[in-house]
Amino acid sequence: MDKTLDAIIKKYNEDKTRLMDILIDTQDAFGFIREEAADQIAETLDISRVDLEQTISFYHFFSQQSRGKYTIYLNDSAVAFMHGRREVAKTFEKEAGCKFGQVSEDGQIGLFNTSCIGMNDQEPAAIINGVVFTRLTPFRVKEIVKDIRDGVKVEDMFQASYGDGNNCSDLIKAVVNNHIMKKGPILSSDNSSGEAIKKVISINPQDVIEEVKLSNIRGRGGAGFPTGLKWDFCRKSKGETRYVFCNADEGEPGTFKDRVILTERPRLLFEGMVIAGYAIEASEGILYLRYEYKYLQKFLESILEEMRYKHLIGKNIGGKEGFNFEIRIQFGAGAYVCGEESALIESAEGKRGEPRDRPPFPVEKGYLGQPTIVNNVETLCAIVKVVIKGGEWYKSFGTIESTGTKLLSVSGDCRFPGVYEVEWGFSVIDILEMVGGEQVQAVQVGGPSGSCIGPNEFERILGYEDLSTGGSMIIINNRRDLLKEIVLNFTNFFIEESCGSCTPCRTLPILMKDKLIKIIEGKGVMQDLMDIERWSGIMKANRCGLGHTALNPILSTLKNFRHLYLNKIQREVEFDTGFRLDEAVKVGKLITNRN
Amino acid sequence: MSKTIIATTSLAGCFGCHMSLLDIDEKILDLIELVEFNKSPINDIKEFTKMCDIGLIEGGCCNDENVHILKDFRAHCKILVSVGECAIMGGLPALRNNIPLQECLEEAYLNGPSVMGNNENAVIPNDEELPVILNKVYPCHEVVRIDYYLPGCPPRAELIWEALLALVTGDPLKLPYEVVKFD
Repeated sequence: MDKTLDAIIKKYNEDKTRLMDILIDTQDAFGFIREEAADQIAETLDISRVDLEQTISFYHFFSQQSRGKYTIYLNDSAVAFMHGRREVAKTFEKEAGCKFGQVSEDGQIGLFNTSCIGMNDQEPAAIINGVVFTRLTPFRVKEIVKDIRDGVKVEDMFQASYGDGNNCSDLIKAVVNNHIMKKGPILSSDNSSGEAIKKVISINPQDVIEEVKLSNIRGRGGAGFPTGLKWDFCRKSKGETRYVFCNADEGEPGTFKDRVILTERPRLLFEGMVIAGYAIEASEGILYLRYEYKYLQKFLESILEEMRYKHLIGKNIGGKEGFNFEIRIQFGAGAYVCGEESALIESAEGKRGEPRDRPPFPVEKGYLGQPTIVNNVETLCAIVKVVIKGGEWYKSFGTIESTGTKLLSVSGDCRFPGVYEVEWGFSVIDILEMVGGEQVQAVQVGGPSGSCIGPNEFERILGYEDLSTGGSMIIINNRRDLLKEIVLNFTNFFIEESCGSCTPCRTLPILMKDKLIKIIEGKGVMQDLMDIERWSGIMKANRCGLGHTALNPILSTLKNFRHLYLNKIQREVEFDTGFRLDEAVKVGKLITNRN
Repeated sequence: MSKTIIATTSLAGCFGCHMSLLDIDEKILDLIELVEFNKSPINDIKEFTKMCDIGLIEGGCCNDENVHILKDFRAHCKILVSVGECAIMGGLPALRNNIPLQECLEEAYLNGPSVMGNNENAVIPNDEELPVILNKVYPCHEVVRIDYYLPGCPPRAELIWEALLALVTGDPLKLPYEVVKFD
């Protein structure tokens, strides 16, 4: 039995629902999760080895083999490629002496691809042993690898400068930049910490919910469910206790606004969680934070400590007898699907992040079987403003269907990528003008799961009634090969991130990717386009949002950029499987020296 | 009415599907009344002598000869049926698809335990007479258009019989749940 590991397990009271924390700490301590460690964890927590393997193998950042003393996770999102990712990756491979997916022979460097790490406005970016590196260039890569060879710790590596705002504070020290380009009610810091909590404890919890309902605010994660209604459902559900979850799993490629809120307005977020806790009468709040943002851990924990000290978290909050609310941070370990609320809850319980069947909804049976609300970071921040200034005030922003403001994460081909807080109701043209997007071929609204629109639709407005978005806007100019550089990348993303539970989501994106490649290679026929459209209907049978939208990159471009597909297919050929004998025999001939 | 003409072949298969066809036992006499066999290992006719109505394909494509035969079948048969797991999905031969071809051949002819020092010159068979192996095993529908699929490993004799009967007579094929539930 290993003592260090024993201490880790004891730290979490041998509680199997805290398996994620135990695995994360184990990996931090030993570099990876060894056989013996897995045995010990399974035995102490009294879970089967298979269940443990399920959880470990599900998450991208867990590993049962060494991933090198320095593990480099290089983001492979489409925007990273726009900004030179290919050269950076090549340099990494050359300098490290191994390919991506491998560890160098001396065991020093491991190179791995990873899905969007929330740095789309400063790509190409990588996470090395938990430290974020942004705006990588081949030159910088050489410096980094040299430092690694010299045995320099990642934290001690020389950085030309740290980022803006709190990024350069002692507790973060990251080269990450906020790029706040436009402030609105959420990003402008016009309230003192605790104001809303003090106001809220003087009124009845149900009245808080009524105020939230009055504001008409809808969930900012993308689905847009009315927040007041969600809280009301939860409050009316019977349970031994209730839970408030903040969803900070921000995994949609191109989204990074939560990262900025967490860096610059964490008090606002935690205050929002406390208010939610008061309204639904919960006593525990959990911030589910994606592993990619682990560099914020110390900073966020210090803020929680500060708020505890000020009696804004903890027992008898704000002096109100009996109002107790604690907040803890729960890390994920790299899985896009955990942004889906029921998958997030599963993950927080220490299991594979697979979405649950619904009903029952989390508001009835959520975390540990108790009524639970899961709200986006931005939603909870907005709630604070609603409480302070009133629902009516909040409604004065935006449109009738979509009240308030929205934080947009803008990236891609534009002059000023970053975070913009705008009222709902802006048109795409307005946004493009603001961010300096020129010669734009397409805008990906809402990330890969959203829709890709062309110039003839740029008049459309952002709002739940028209272009719904969780905030990601990726701008693609007309020099890009939309199908090859964007659609294929997004489709690969969904293939990588599918949890594999529902058959259509597990298999169809792969078949569609094959078709897409066939079309890109000029072997496609009309039948392929028809197949894509006809087969895609079955994606509705999937259980969660990821499954429903996994084909959107292909479907929305097939609808809005049909000409790109039509130009690529063989119009005069009726049927073609795409099989070419000369290509298929190439390797065989080479090996046997035949021609 | 003239008899329906049938052709059959086994590509990268094990002849198990053909054996299953023979398993229709005495119904083979009824079959002969209904159909006439052209190119097929059953009657050992090596080349097509006329256009056929139905082609039954066992096995997927693992080498260039398989591809030529399959294309020949497509050219000579009005209806092509993929019979059995290998024709439909590649089957057991497709297990090699996740291993680089070079590694496969080296294991088979140079390093494998069954080589037992019998390949002194360390040659991977390369005679011009031999078909060229493909980069991976392809199911038939990835090479040519396939009209129908008969799943099973092998498909039961009854199923082959009923499917043939339905194709010959034009009557709808009865497909009870246990016949189509394969996943």
